[in-house]
Order: sequence, then C-alpha cells, then structure tokens
Amino acid sequence: MKNQSVTNNIDWITILLYCLMVIAGWMTIYSASLPNEETSIFDIGQIYGKQILFIIFSIPLIMVILTVDAKIYDKYAFIFYGLGIVLLAGLFVAGKTIKGQTNWYSFGGFSLQPSEFAKIATALVLSKYLSDVQINLKNINHQLIAFAIIGFPVALIMMQPDAGSAMIFASLTLVLYREGLPGWYLATGAIAIILFLLALLVKPLFVVSLALIIIILQFFLTRRAHRNPILSAIVFVAIAGFVYSVDFVYENVLEDHQKDRINVLFDKDVNQQAEGYNLNQSMIAIGSGGWFGKGYLEGTQTKGGFVPEQHTDYIFTTVGEEWGFVGALVVIGLFVTLLLRIIYLAERQKSKFSRTYGYCVASILFMHFFVNITMLIKLFPTIGVPLPFFSYGGSSLWAFTILLFIFVKMDANKVNEW
Amino acid sequence: MRKSLLPIIIVAATVIIVARLFYLQILDDSYIKKSDNNAIKIQYDYPERGYIYDRNGKLLVANQPSYDIMVTPNEMAKDLDTLEICSLLNITKEYFIQRVEKARVYSPRLPSVFLPQLNKREFAAFQEKIRRFKGFDIVKRSLRDYQTPSGANVFGYIAQVNDPIIKKNPYYKSGDLIGKQGVEEMYEEILRGVKGVKYIQKDRFNREIGSFKEGIYDTIAVQGTDITLSIDKELQEYGERLMFEKRGGIVAIEPKTGEILALVTAPSYDPSILVGRERSKNYTRMYKDTIEMPLFDRGLLAEYPPGSPFKILTGLVGLQEEVIDVNTTFMCHHGFSYGRGAFMKCHGFGPHQLNNGIYNSCNAYFGNVFKLTIDKYPKPQYGVDAWSNHLKSFGLGDFLGYDLPPGRKGHIPTAKYYNRWYPNGGWRSSTIISNSIGQGEVSMTPIQLANMMATVANQGWYYTPHVIKKIGKSGKNIDKKFRTKHYTTIDKQHFQPVIDGLFDVYNYGTASHLKVEGIEICGKTGTAENFTKIGGVRTQLTDHSIFVAFAPRHDPKIAIAVFVENGYWGSRWAGPITSLMIEKYLKGEVTQKAREEWITTHGLRSEYDKVTSGQPFKINQSYKP
Repeated sequence: MKNQSVTNNIDWITILLYCLMVIAGWMTIYSASLPNEETSIFDIGQIYGKQILFIIFSIPLIMVILTVDAKIYDKYAFIFYGLGIVLLAGLFVAGKTIKGQTNWYSFGGFSLQPSEFAKIATALVLSKYLSDVQINLKNINHQLIAFAIIGFPVALIMMQPDAGSAMIFASLTLVLYREGLPGWYLATGAIAIILFLLALLVKPLFVVSLALIIIILQFFLTRRAHRNPILSAIVFVAIAGFVYSVDFVYENVLEDHQKDRINVLFDKDVNQQAEGYNLNQSMIAIGSGGWFGKGYLEGTQTKGGFVPEQHTDYIFTTVGEEWGFVGALVVIGLFVTLLLRIIYLAERQKSKFSRTYGYCVASILFMHFFVNITMLIKLFPTIGVPLPFFSYGGSSLWAFTILLFIFVKMDANKVNEW
Repeated sequence: MRKSLLPIIIVAATVIIVARLFYLQILDDSYIKKSDNNAIKIQYDYPERGYIYDRNGKLLVANQPSYDIMVTPNEMAKDLDTLEICSLLNITKEYFIQRVEKARVYSPRLPSVFLPQLNKREFAAFQEKIRRFKGFDIVKRSLRDYQTPSGANVFGYIAQVNDPIIKKNPYYKSGDLIGKQGVEEMYEEILRGVKGVKYIQKDRFNREIGSFKEGIYDTIAVQGTDITLSIDKELQEYGERLMFEKRGGIVAIEPKTGEILALVTAPSYDPSILVGRERSKNYTRMYKDTIEMPLFDRGLLAEYPPGSPFKILTGLVGLQEEVIDVNTTFMCHHGFSYGRGAFMKCHGFGPHQLNNGIYNSCNAYFGNVFKLTIDKYPKPQYGVDAWSNHLKSFGLGDFLGYDLPPGRKGHIPTAKYYNRWYPNGGWRSSTIISNSIGQGEVSMTPIQLANMMATVANQGWYYTPHVIKKIGKSGKNIDKKFRTKHYTTIDKQHFQPVIDGLFDVYNYGTASHLKVEGIEICGKTGTAENFTKIGGVRTQLTDHSIFVAFAPRHDPKIAIAVFVENGYWGSRWAGPITSLMIEKYLKGEVTQKAREEWITTHGLRSEYDKVTSGQPFKINQSYKP
C-alpha cells in the first residue's frame, strides 16, 4: 500500500494546466523581451533565455517534491516557517536595496525573493495549526493565534517595504473563513474596503452622512424589541472614525508615489507622461488588441517597449495586445480552471491539513491573479505583484511551482494517509 | 456557504475582469488610435506640386525650396549657445524662449517648427553650424515660386490646412498644404499629386526601430501634374499695368473656345507676398483692407449694373421677338416720354434705327424696343418672363460654371420678382423701363459681360469660360462641360445687324476716337450710375466706366469687358484700356504709345479718396491729375 506509485494518483489535469501556463508564459516573455537583432532562443544573455533555464530547473524541483514523503510538510511545517521568518529578517542585514525597497538577496548573478517562499511556509503552518482537532476558530484566542501566524511575516514584509506581497497574505483570511472563522470578520472587511474607496472618491462628510442615514433607517425599520441604540451609535462612530482616518492617512501618511497610484486609478489630475504613464501605456497595449490581437510578435506597444517591466508584472499586457480579447479569455480561463480544480481537489481531501493547504494555494494564486490583472486595466491601484507562471523570474516561478506541487503531492498521497 | 464562498469570489472577479476587458478591447476603440500614435510614426514623402504654364507655354508658377528649422525640446543641449542662434537667425531672445516653450507644450519628444521658411542665405548660414545646436534640425519643404507679379487672383494661393478641412478630408494631415482660391483650389488634386506614406515602428524613446510590418502599408508618392492655363501671361501683366491706381476688372475671352485670356482685378497684389514668413502678415493686412479689397476678385465677384452694353441684348431680344426689324425707327427728343409725366433722358436727337441706335447709344430707341417687347404679351408678367428667358440663355442671372471660385450670379429679374415688389399686378413695362439700358434691376459681373460679347462674336453660342487649357502633356482630359456649346434663344441672323452697329461705334459713335490701326473692333461704351452708403446715407458716386468689345470683326479672337469703378463714362477709361488690350493681344505690340503712357501713369485715386475723406464732394467731374 505504502509504496503505491505516486504517478498513478497524480492529478494530471492540474499538471496539464501548469504546463500550458508555463509554456504560454514563456512565449509571452519571448515576445516582450525579443530584441531587434537576431538572437537564438536559448541565448541565456536574454531574458527569455534565462526563463528557459528557470523552467528547466523547475523540473528536478517537481521531481523532488513528488518523490519525498508528503509527511515532512506536516512534520516540519514550523521549521519551514522559522526558516522563512529568518530569511525575511535577514534581508535587513544582507538584502539588496533597490529603489528604497529591500526585497531581494543577491548572490552573484542569482537573486532570491524570500517573501515568495514565506508564503509557502505560512500556508503550511496555518494548515498545520488549523488541522489540530483542538483548534476552533470560534474561539477568540485561536483566532488571534491564526492571525498572528499570518501577521508575523506580513509585518516583516511591510518593513521592506513590499505592500504587494503583504497584500497577498490577506487572501488567507478566506482560508480561515472556510475553516470556521465567523462571517462578520469578512463582512467587516468588505465594508471597510467599500468605505475606504468611498472616502477616497467623495468628500468624507458625504460618506459619513450617508452612513448616518442608513443607520437611522435601519434603526427604525427593525422591530422595537430588537432596537439597540448603543450598538447603532458605536457602529456610526466606528464608521465616521474610519472614514476620517482614511482621509487623514491619505493626506498625511501616504507617500506621494502611493497617493499617485490612487489618483491615477480615480483619474484625479494625472500627468500621462509621469505618474500616469505606466497605467496609460498598459491600457493602450491591452485596449488596442481588439478581438484577436495584433498577432504574435506583432504588438507595437510591446515591440516599442512602451510598457515598462513588461516581462514581469505587466506581462499580461502583451497577451492582451498580441492575442486580443480572445487570447486574454483563454489565459483567464486557464487560471480560473486551475483555481476551481484546486478547490475541488481540496474539498475531496481526507485530511484537514491538506484541505486547508489546498485552500491556501488557491487563495494565494487567486490573489496574485486578481491584483495583477486588475491593476493593468485600471480596476485596482498599481501594486507590483507577479502573475503566477507567466511573469519572468526564477524566484516567483519556483515559489509558485513548489506551492502548487506540494499540494499535488498531498493530493496524490491521500490514499496513503491512513 | 463556507465551501462555496471562494469559488463564488473567483467567478465574480473573473466576470468583472472579462467585462472590463471587453469594454477596453472591443467597445472602446480609442486605444487603437492611441497605440498607433504611440508606436507608429508616419512619414510623408511630399511630391513636388505641379507647375503652372500660360497658354504659350511660359512658366507662371514653379516651386522653390524652403527650409524650416525644427526644435525637439528634450534633445536640446543644456549648454546651448542661445545667443549665437539668436544672432545667426536674427531673432530676439523672447522669440527663442517662446517658441521652445510652445514646442514643449506640443510635445517635448517630437520636433516642432521653430522658425519657418528660411531663405537660402539664412539656411546656408545656419546649416554650417547646425552640428553645434543639438535638438535643432532643418526640414525642407516646397513653396510656390511665382514667375510673374500678376495673376494672383487666378492662381489663388497655398496655405496650411485648418481643422475643418482635416475633418472633412482625411487625406490632409496637420501641417499639410492645400490650394486655396483660384486654380490652386480648383485643380488641387491634379497639382498636388499624392503624398507617399511610410510607417515606421518607434520605441518609447521615440527612436525609429525599423519599418512597420516590413512596409506592407507603405505607399509611393505620385508626382503632381503640371497644368497649362488659357491665360496669356503678357496680356494679364499688361492688363494689371493698365489698371494703375484704378479699381475694377478686365476679362478677356477667346470666343471660339471660351478660354479666358486675362482675368484682371484691381487693385491686386503680387502673388509672391503670400509666400514665406511674411505670408500671414500680408494676408491679414489685405484681408482687413475693406476699402481697396485686394482679395476681392472684381472680375468674378463684382455685380455692377451693366449700363449701355446691355442695349445689345435689348436689341437682340427685340429682333427675336419680332417687335422691330432693322429699319424700325423711333424719334429721340433728347429722350422720350414713356408714360404720363415719365421721361427718359438721352444725349441724342432725331430719328434712330437699330444701327445708329447702337452707335449713338440712344436711350429713347432702346426704351421703345423694350416697351414693345414687354407689351407684345397680353400681360407684362408674360413679357418679362419671355425677355428674362432670352437673357438667361446668355448665362446671365446665374453662375456661369467656370473653373474658378463660383463668383456671383448677377441678377436678371423675372415676373415673380416684380410681383413681389409690386403686389396686385401694379407694374407695367414703363415701371421697369430702366432695364432696357442696363440700369434698374439688372446686374452683371464683368466675366458675364465678356461672355456676352463672346456670344455675340460667335453669333449665338458660347463655351463656358474657363482658365484650364491642358492638364499634363496631353490636353484631352479637361472637363467635358468646357467642350459643350451653349446656344442662345436668339437666331443667328439677328446678330449681324447688331455687330454692324457695334462696329460703327468705332466709325461714327461713342468710341470713334478709340480706333486701332489695322484692327476692326466691335464695341460698346457704358456708363452706369451707382450708389453707396456713406454714414448710412445713400449717396450717388461718380458713374462707372464700362466698355465691352470683340475683335477682329470677321474672325473674332478676343472678347473683352472692362470695368473701371467711378471712371465717369465709358470711353473715358474703359474704352482706351479695351483698345490697348486688344492691340496688345492681336499684334503683340502696342502702337498707341501716348495712350498707353497716360493710362499706365494716371488713375482715380483722387476720385476714390472723395468717398473716404469725410467731406462733401461733387461727382462726375472732369479729371484733374
């Protein structure tokens, strides 16, 4: 029983989706980084050449993950977590600072972004903690511990600072909800986001007045016996405080470049040659794609290098420009299929540990996918997060590969678990 | 719920993203344009504009190179020697700062015009040192080079296209040149050729990185085609000389072909002042000159009462309507009484038939003819409409359809017109008798008068007047409408007696002192009363001097109309000018040296100054130089 071949139980659909995305990703990187002179596909001096190496190196990585005993992830989760935290903390000693951010280790020609791996470690520890039968997320102490597991690496990442990576961890709240966190946490979070956006869009006084009207209406529409004036008052004060603090934070705490990103999103006096340039060029690239795009390697925005960082965070603009709406639909379709497949697999896990971990994988991948694409089409402020399997970079490709394949291994191994 | 929340969020987020992509990529097509502007540079290859020649193959309009200095603000060196550029180009520091700022506003990355239209000398001086001025560049363009100081009204001019034109015709892009007015406008597409287009892929630093899609969309420029005009350069220039300090127009037509030999308006301007850096200054000055109106082509646009030359038509209509024959006689008692207490004055006396009616220009004779024509019909309405239809067959009262800006229609009244003025039928032939002698409600433009004389010379038909003679080398391709004869409603046999009368104008009549040695001219003087408003008061001005003619009598080669505003009477200014023009055209040489000397050195400035002086003045006075 124990030595039943892993390959028999492996979920080939996930593997196929993974391969398709990596191949499509490489083709897109090739187009986005193709210089104007003749070069070889395997030229490792070129970005697309390096990406081929990264892809090739991920194959032994996958082999190792699929071969080693799945139990080590459960067993050594805290060790991985500790390692991740040490790597994050070590950045402040040995990290490389680029444009005020210390996100990377750099050894010779090789760079490593520890926050990518911290996601995996956090997912493992969170799953380990939640899989303990004594843990109940209705319990406030257990809730605090769960939030602390997520919050610790987030705090270190915020200090780098790297808002994009930190934001990804927020998606783990969805995992907590799946495992029993009371719904009002999410509801409060959702309301806070809506209020936040409203406070930036219109005058705070207007938002507060609107909230007051809704609360008063709600108060008089509930039955007399259920009315709670004190609670209503507290909710109102909380909303007003939140809205005004958003305004305060925007005016006094946010750095200019952060304000710019929000202003760009809402079209508040934007200079298209300066702070608005990236988003404008990104929208032009995607928007000029039409139904079927300009054709592979024919994108004028891509060839002209108008979109900055096009092979990394802006890689999807090349998809939109060269493959058009139809191509973008296919890529989005790949992501959605993979995400739903992971959730489906997670739900059929027998162990709570692997189910929770599967949810972590789906949540993290979804958050990357969502933030990355919405920032390109002006639905979300510009925050640098890579598009999984598409964006250029060894760290991110390997981190996503490890993240995914640990789950593939767990899934394949589920028959051996008893 | 706990199981389904994440899938629901994923699907909802996907729907939002797909909807947004659908909007950006499919519904909103502005990004396609932006992308093209961004990444594709369109480079135009402007072909040289076609040359314009006169009827004898003499070059009228050629091209000259002109050089624009362009500046690209982002490429300017920090340690640029501003002072040197300013002194080299003879511009002020303020101009320098202002232009660079303007260029920066347009685009810091793209070249803008810094100083337009340098001449060759300025260009050479700047070209030598241009390597030291980073960010500055020279672009060669082609401008018109006029080989004659005359004919500005015929040629028109070239200007940069404005926004309405760009919107209407996508061929034109900002900064392109287009012909305006005259033949430059009418034959724009022939003269300009087709510009070549090259699409070049750019990168975000605005550097060219090669041909866009290997040049599959590129097109090659098509050269502009030369055209030959029917204008006679010598005659045109001579006509403008004769109009020295006068206002008015001269139109000369070759009757056999309808080709316009000369189209003079005065005052005019040298076409070369609308080329180069002074262009807009000069244009504005002329545009604002509402007194002399140099941009107003009087040959086509000025509607004057035709005066006595109109009697030719009155006579022809009378003959055609058979209310008179050549022997019909009317008495003139220094005029005639055409109604109770109504008297039309005339300088003549005695019995008049058609022949001496014409050469004496007898008002009484033609008043009677007109009255008989109208009264032939049971109602004056029918009479007027019959009369009006004859006149319209001469191309009067409507656009002639020549290949120049359409000009004016002139006016030939109809019964409908008089019914509006006099409701309830309160009008008769006597009410409108002034029309018989070219006053009253009729008005004509000089080109209509000239065309009328061409029609008389042809004895009943005309070609639509035109200035085009040949397009390119062949000459077979000019508009068919200029090769179609228009016949009048007057039968051929009625023209000969009228032509004889016109010939006798030079033998016994009002132009007997204007004979030209060796040329038999048929002509008619004219004098037209006219009015203007000075300070809101209708004031009569000195009469216009009019003359129409064709020659030679037996083989007409030129038909001409001359109009001199406030020239007092026909044979005073317009008559001599006609004689000189005809001799110049037919002989190439003018023998009437004294007359030529006088006309080219004397004008009517003092007469015109009366109107603007603000002082009370007398009209119809003899000329005092």
